Amino acid sequence: MTLATAPKRPTRGRPGRPPADHGAWFLVLPALIPILVLSVGPLLYGIALAFTDSQSGRTEPTQWIGALNFQDLLHDTLFWDSFRIGLLWAVGVTVPQFLLALGLALLLNQNLRFRWLARALAIIPLAMPEVVVGIMWRLVYHPDAGVLNETLADLGLGDGKDWLTGTGTALLAVIVVGVWAGMPQTTVALLAGLQNTPRELHEAAAMDGAGAWRRFRTVTWPAIRPVALAITALNFIWNFNSFALVYVLTQGAPAAAPACPCSSPTKKRSATASSATPRPWAASWSP
Amino acid sequence: MMRTKKSTRAAQYVALAAYLVFLAFPFLWLISTAFKPARELGSLHPTWIPKDPTLDNFRQAFDEQPLLQAAGNSLVAAVSAALIAVVIATPMAYVMARHRTRLAKAATGWVVISQAFPFVLIIIPLFLILKNLHLINSLLGLVMVYVVWSLPFALWMLVGYVRAVPAELEEAAAVDGAGRVRTFVSVVAPLLAPGVVATAMFAFITAWNEFFFALVLLKTPEKQTLPVILNRFIGAEGVADLGPLAAAAFLATIPSLVIFAIIQKRITGGMLAGAVKA
Repeated sequence: MTLATAPKRPTRGRPGRPPADHGAWFLVLPALIPILVLSVGPLLYGIALAFTDSQSGRTEPTQWIGALNFQDLLHDTLFWDSFRIGLLWAVGVTVPQFLLALGLALLLNQNLRFRWLARALAIIPLAMPEVVVGIMWRLVYHPDAGVLNETLADLGLGDGKDWLTGTGTALLAVIVVGVWAGMPQTTVALLAGLQNTPRELHEAAAMDGAGAWRRFRTVTWPAIRPVALAITALNFIWNFNSFALVYVLTQGAPAAAPACPCSSPTKKRSATASSATPRPWAASWSP
Repeated sequence: MMRTKKSTRAAQYVALAAYLVFLAFPFLWLISTAFKPARELGSLHPTWIPKDPTLDNFRQAFDEQPLLQAAGNSLVAAVSAALIAVVIATPMAYVMARHRTRLAKAATGWVVISQAFPFVLIIIPLFLILKNLHLINSLLGLVMVYVVWSLPFALWMLVGYVRAVPAELEEAAAVDGAGRVRTFVSVVAPLLAPGVVATAMFAFITAWNEFFFALVLLKTPEKQTLPVILNRFIGAEGVADLGPLAAAAFLATIPSLVIFAIIQKRITGGMLAGAVKA
């Protein structure tokens, strides 16, 4: 510390001219080094690995093979299948997440009773470990002991199903969980946007006879559009990358379970660990 | 004043009730399952309220899995990660907020881009790097990953808090001859304390809840954290011992829920503060 501050002593009494940047570097370095070693480094390294013939468990030096891995990937149906399902999952979660969150945010922006209860409940998905979210919904979907099948039976809507392993229902069941888990966060962001909407504009529009939909389209939406776009883009990225939820919900299920690109390395570890095909995604898994 | 029609109000309450049910029912079911005896869990017609509530599931959960040890590991990892993260992030956030150098711009860019990192792209090289440092299967390695992983959001929040500190104070300190480091340590840092506490709590929750890195980086059960041990409950065939599983899952949620309830307002405030360009 003394070392770093010593050179700056001469700047005393000369306000207005910024002193040399040693101090700034000293403040930044403790965070910068871990970021470079454990975040920027691995990212660049990971991109570079995709262009080599690196493989798991092999100790020979790896060679630069250009875009060959990507050519292989073009014909890799397992990858494209998981990529397609991953996109389906991300879009399938992000869109309902946004619509439901917008509905809830509009409600919470009204002068309703029990708003506090919704705010309190919204904390649960935000704070809960993803693994627990997965476990919890497994209990809901459980074919015998689950509340969903029991409720459906009580309502006379059939015998119920094994939701997480059925071919037709697995992806849908997991999407519902994704929506549940991500909705509160989106709601909080949209509500913040709504509360910045000028109230007078609403009242003026109502005076002029604009209906609810018209007021939403011309007053509310323009005000919240930046927040809505930002949170939707982030949601899409987070959903596409989300791993724990899908992993916990679908493990133990047969191959019918959805596979995201995000979970494919672990799947491939068992499926193609012995295969010689180099893959950018799975190439050096568990060296 | 705008008046809302009675029918509209009624529809709004119905919609709100539907949302409340959707948000609450899985958690209520988890609690209900946690207190049910094995007999009731096997019954074909499960009920919302356990007929014969019991604490057996909690006892059994602790007997079957090393939950206390796992909770200890999680606690050590989360507390260390949170402390280290705020100690190194606060000075950096100060520089990012106050000095518009190229470095600060690059750091801001990293904060944004890191949100889009696909885990699969980063986990393999990260594994290789940590292996070279002999930090695989060690809590220290995991803590380092958690620190870096929680930095983007920590920086984002802290930059917002720094901007809220009046710059005149720092100018006064500069006139008195204090350098950057001195200004930061004696003038800015004490004013940031509430924001730093909120940020640390958020980093704690992030680390406490994290599953993927812990699953990949920790091999032996004695070192594994709570989410990984919880996941082992489910078992290879997906057949779970429902009662103890629910009991353990319920317990694992409590710390995050309590902390989140405390800092909820601050997090939202911090997110918004960070978003506003000064």
